[in-house]
Amino acid sequence: MTNLMNMPLQLTGDTTPVVSFRKVRKAYGPIVVLEDLNLDVAAGETVTIVGPSGSGKTTVLRVLMTLETINGGCIYVDGKPLTHMEKNGVLVPASQKYIRSRRSDIGMCFQHFNLFPHMTALENCMEGPVQVLNMPKAEARDRCVELLEMVGMLHKMDQHPSRLSGGQQQRVAIARALAMRPKVMLFDEVTSALDPEVIGEVTNVIRKLVAEHNLTMLMVTHQMGFARDISDRVCFFYGGKIEEQGTPAELFSNPQRERTQQFLRAVKEAI
Amino acid sequence: MFKWDWDFTWQILPRLIHATGNTLIAALSGYAIAMVLGLALALVQRGNATVLRWLIRELIEFIRSTPLLVQVFFVFYVAPQFGVRLSPWVSGMLAIGLHYACYLSEVYRGGIEGVAHGQWEAATALNMSTKQTYVRIVIPQAIPLCIPGMGNYLVGIFKDTPMLSVIGVAELMHTANAIGTENYRFLEPYTSVGVIFLAISLPSAGLVNLLERYLRHRLGT
Repeated sequence: MTNLMNMPLQLTGDTTPVVSFRKVRKAYGPIVVLEDLNLDVAAGETVTIVGPSGSGKTTVLRVLMTLETINGGCIYVDGKPLTHMEKNGVLVPASQKYIRSRRSDIGMCFQHFNLFPHMTALENCMEGPVQVLNMPKAEARDRCVELLEMVGMLHKMDQHPSRLSGGQQQRVAIARALAMRPKVMLFDEVTSALDPEVIGEVTNVIRKLVAEHNLTMLMVTHQMGFARDISDRVCFFYGGKIEEQGTPAELFSNPQRERTQQFLRAVKEAI
Repeated sequence: MFKWDWDFTWQILPRLIHATGNTLIAALSGYAIAMVLGLALALVQRGNATVLRWLIRELIEFIRSTPLLVQVFFVFYVAPQFGVRLSPWVSGMLAIGLHYACYLSEVYRGGIEGVAHGQWEAATALNMSTKQTYVRIVIPQAIPLCIPGMGNYLVGIFKDTPMLSVIGVAELMHTANAIGTENYRFLEPYTSVGVIFLAISLPSAGLVNLLERYLRHRLGT
């Protein structure tokens, strides 16, 4: 563990970000994926991460969901450390128990949906609230029915995932994540595994979330148009670092850095 | 040289059928021990305790690499020298249960590893504990993957129960032996034993197939 000594035990102030990466480093053996990453996400903000493959985009979400442990720095959620905990006045790597006590603030949707195949759409959504939040079944059912209606999947709530299309599965997965009432939602390339004609039904659900709910969102996507429409801020990742960031208008219309320009040109040509 | 004697066959059949009950009890209770113990062995091997994991790994390799007959003899004849005196039935169940637990633990391990990695991640994203993830998500999906292997070993344990006759467990083979030596006729008792084993093994394998298909169907795949 590097540079932990200089990390604050807590972030304070009026404008404490909901998510704060401080000098976060992640490496797989000799391959450095994230290098001293600093990234703050404010409450209610929608931040999109774009960039070439292998630039560490997905890793940002995975370490925030605690699917992977970081090798340096610290991630704060709501001003309190997530990946670390305080012990005798210093930060030490968090125990499983501590992580479980903090992880409920974060929800995630995956590229390949990862619905539970042995449960119906409704059961998938109810699993977290009933098992983890110990919510009474009737209450969880009400909440999940409402969410399934919001994502337009109420008519398929008794179907197993194998009977649903990719777009339908992803919408159920969004409802499942929302059922835990997270403060921060992570979307990891949620349209990348979908057929082109169903991408819209998933992006529309996310647009609705942005418009109607005060969620903090962090999203990795290859849909530049979508990113431009819904983001408050777009971060262009290159080589494990934020090469450039700004409002969608700034980044897409007037990119300053050479690499950003190259990337956007390449993406445009592909369409 | 020998002529098949139907009268004799009918006459010994009740005794053989009674012994078949014992064989089934031996096989099923041995299998019950193996199922529970095997799951424990499989979970330890997926756990974080490195030394324990290594110990269990070596134990499994040791048991899988030595004959069941040796293990049966060992438990029954050698254990008493260490002050552990067990009846033939208990030592037989223990030996065969432990032996098959090692095989079943490998089946479980394969089944658990066959569950997509994304399922673990989805469970983590819902903040489920390790135990909840196993019980609610992973094991229900691993079971259909385990059924073919588990079925094979169920038939296997059934066919291995004659080994227990050497320590005096009154199962089918033991009884056939007794009948043979009492009457100086071995053709009918041994042939009947073979037929009885076949009559149970074949439908069992079929049932296991059906069960697998049913579970896969329920899983929606």
